[in-house]
Amino acid sequence: MSKELIRLRGCTMAFDGDVVLNNIDLNIRDKEFLTLLGPSGCGKTTTLRIIGGFTVPTSGDVFFDGVRINDLPPHKRNVNTVFQKYALFTHLDVFENIAFGLRQMRPKLTKDEISRRVFEMLEIVSLRGFENRDVSRLSGGQQQRVAIARALVPRPRVLLLDEPLGALDLRLRKDMQNELKRIQQAMDITFIYVTHDQEEALAMSDSVVVMDGGEILQIGRPEDIYNEPENAFVADFIGESNIVDGVMISDGTVEIFGRRFECLDRGFSPSEPVDVVIRPEDVDIVPLRDGMLTGTVTNIIFKGVHYDIIVDFKGFKWLIQTTDMSPVGGRIGIKIDPDGIHVMPKSRYSGMFGDYSSYSAEYDEISDVAAEAETGDAREE
Amino acid sequence: MSNNGGAAKRFFGPRAFAAPYVVWMAAFVVAPVVFVVIYAFTSGDGTFTAENFLEMGRFVSVFARSFWLALVSTVICLALGYPAAYILARESRRVRRAVIVLIMLPMWMNFLLRTFAWMSILERNGLLNRLLGAIGIPPLDIIYTPAAVILGMVYNFLPFMILPIYSVIVKIDRSLVEAAADLGATPRAVFTRVIAPLSLPGVLSGVTMVFVPAVSTFVISKLLGGGKEILLGDLIEMQFRGTAYNPRLGSAIALVMMVVVIVFMYFMNKFGEGEEGVSVL
Amino acid sequence: MISKPSVRGRLCTALIMVFLYAPIFVLIAFSFNASNSRAVWSGFSLRWYRELFGDRYILNSFYTTIAVSVTAAAAATAAGAASAIGLHYMRRSWRTSLLFINNIPLINADIVTGVAMCLLFVSLKAFIDFELGFGTLLIAHITFNIPYVILSVTPKLYGLDANMMDAARDLGCTFFGAIRRVMLPEIMPGIVNGAIIAFTMSIDDFVISYFTAGSRSETLSMTIYAMTRKRISPEINALSTLLFISVLALLVVINIRQKPAAEQ
Repeated sequence: MSKELIRLRGCTMAFDGDVVLNNIDLNIRDKEFLTLLGPSGCGKTTTLRIIGGFTVPTSGDVFFDGVRINDLPPHKRNVNTVFQKYALFTHLDVFENIAFGLRQMRPKLTKDEISRRVFEMLEIVSLRGFENRDVSRLSGGQQQRVAIARALVPRPRVLLLDEPLGALDLRLRKDMQNELKRIQQAMDITFIYVTHDQEEALAMSDSVVVMDGGEILQIGRPEDIYNEPENAFVADFIGESNIVDGVMISDGTVEIFGRRFECLDRGFSPSEPVDVVIRPEDVDIVPLRDGMLTGTVTNIIFKGVHYDIIVDFKGFKWLIQTTDMSPVGGRIGIKIDPDGIHVMPKSRYSGMFGDYSSYSAEYDEISDVAAEAETGDAREE
Repeated sequence: MSNNGGAAKRFFGPRAFAAPYVVWMAAFVVAPVVFVVIYAFTSGDGTFTAENFLEMGRFVSVFARSFWLALVSTVICLALGYPAAYILARESRRVRRAVIVLIMLPMWMNFLLRTFAWMSILERNGLLNRLLGAIGIPPLDIIYTPAAVILGMVYNFLPFMILPIYSVIVKIDRSLVEAAADLGATPRAVFTRVIAPLSLPGVLSGVTMVFVPAVSTFVISKLLGGGKEILLGDLIEMQFRGTAYNPRLGSAIALVMMVVVIVFMYFMNKFGEGEEGVSVL
Repeated sequence: MISKPSVRGRLCTALIMVFLYAPIFVLIAFSFNASNSRAVWSGFSLRWYRELFGDRYILNSFYTTIAVSVTAAAAATAAGAASAIGLHYMRRSWRTSLLFINNIPLINADIVTGVAMCLLFVSLKAFIDFELGFGTLLIAHITFNIPYVILSVTPKLYGLDANMMDAARDLGCTFFGAIRRVMLPEIMPGIVNGAIIAFTMSIDDFVISYFTAGSRSETLSMTIYAMTRKRISPEINALSTLLFISVLALLVVINIRQKPAAEQ
């Protein structure tokens, strides 16, 4: 795409000896939509705050356009932020909230100039007519738009967004995802987006950075992250995955449950133990005698477009998504194409994910959001 | 945590706003307390002594009377204030606002004067007895009795009981009450098992805010008690401004009072733990 | 809460109100009494209001009260708001110990605070040449007012969105600019509330003034106290009535002005 804009080099952040960010390196290109994705406590917000200038890394350097900016305070950075829960100024109305950044500019802008730019922004976020409203009387979605407008009006080169859709309901979030993507393209600037919602990340981003425990696990295009996860954590966090132990026999052949499967992966040493990812939608149900593996259906849930069925293979439960109904207790055979199998080297996450023994109908992400909203309110300091 | 800028900025940062206050409080809050301690433990020639405390033995009856009257007033305030706060909390928003203003408003009339007005009401030939006389009831001798002192205390300190209890009850989540009722609690059980325990922090601060000024007052006893039976406040005042000038004894009594109040507060805070912020006032 | 209170419940509350207001009505009524009796009504007159405005002694103590209350409330509000912000940025351990000291004047009986400051001033006189008077009175009032302001401002600071200050800096404010342009306006209701409480406490205080003002300055409370030993002039009733009515009028005006905003 375009040239590099921001570079983090060896950034470590520790609060009172607690390491929240461990020696990360990250390059961000100009005008890309980059998402920092991970569970809470993974260091994604800290990374964002380092770029925004609200925290100075304990060690490591931050470069903006090739210039080291570690000690540059936030008000001197050409970067603006949309905060979690918006942090709107409740003592000011919508107009003044958006004009806030313009009024800080030196040399001073004229009244007309400020007014013109605020109204232009109101237009972009579709809030025309709301300029004299009290911000506390707006809905969540409207407050969200004010926060975006306020951060965009000083014309930053980078917009940082910290879980901006976290407080909105599902429907509104979908709308705002499209809206944000549209705004990013219209403004033609870099967006750095923090979220724990993998769907959001996949839908909006040019690049996704998956983080956990203060470290970056994988960086890549959404398709790459989904199709070629580098370890069990990434495979499990992005979408649904069955992750099973396997042994690499040779390039293109992997053994699972004592059976050999053809795959596209290569470059492992012979007989190397590996993690094998099989996405639920890549499994085909076939008559018993044609099955590469056979198992018993233990649970079935209708999902609208497809069924989620849980199949027991020798005590290990898989999630399979299929449009064919198979009754509980029935025995089925399955077939997996070579491109449906993805082999990953063993990592510290091996064995922690990918078993559907305790599967329940609710997606974790939904309960995750609710928990997040609650703890967010109780948070102090 | 904001830690931008260099070391100098970190040192002089926003915390420095508190610096003048820290100096001021050291000079005018901590230092006076230190002086009270020094005076309480020294004799006239500046040597250490516990004599001032031993001398207090003569005033056991004053201590007993003060604590007793303060206790009775506190109990009466609680008995009147809790139901009032509870009823008030259930009123509509508009009524609540108006009543709160009405409860605070008398504080804008000098409290000495309000207490003095009770003299006019309670006197032998006062308004109350005239009113009673008009309907044929023999006059009451209230003025210059412990009852009048208690009335004065209840009158002056009742708002300090109502307001903290009210502010706690009004914040109780309505759904808690509904949840309790839903789980089969009778209205009585809802009160004893849900509302009463939740309002405890308010009660504790109310009790503190009534008991402390009641046990230390010296004006109410003078005006309504006629100064016949002195209270702790009178005793301290006499040692500083009055006839029995003896600041060392006065300091010793004040110190005892301070210790009692702090110990009292400590236990109250322990009791209402987990309710930070409310417990202070 | 659950249901609306019963009629009986409301009646009890009403009786408490009568109890709270009885002496105030008596005071107001007798400020219009023709004679100086405080129990016998001898006809309506504005005599005490007229005499009040000729009574230098009472008026002087009234001016002293206003002067000390306004100055102390203003100083305590500035100092209290600033230190609440300072405390907000301190480590928890520091803040807790400082707030404990802050609470000493609040939890102590007035008389203990009063005599303690009295001792301090009297002891200092041995080293510095000064007399107890308006200065010491003012110091005492500021000291007992600051804790109320801090207590009123601190919850507002807690209530601020943790990112609000960052947002201001992000949009081009320096740190101190953010305090001035965002934090102060956001916590202003707490500051105003603190100022009102401080002013009320100063106006109403008798005990602490009594021990710290010496013989040169006299607040209205002290004048009234001195009068109770002989007899209180109905002029005081007149003055208090005027004060009471001004406060009442002020409250009504505030309420009327707030209502349209609140009910929007």
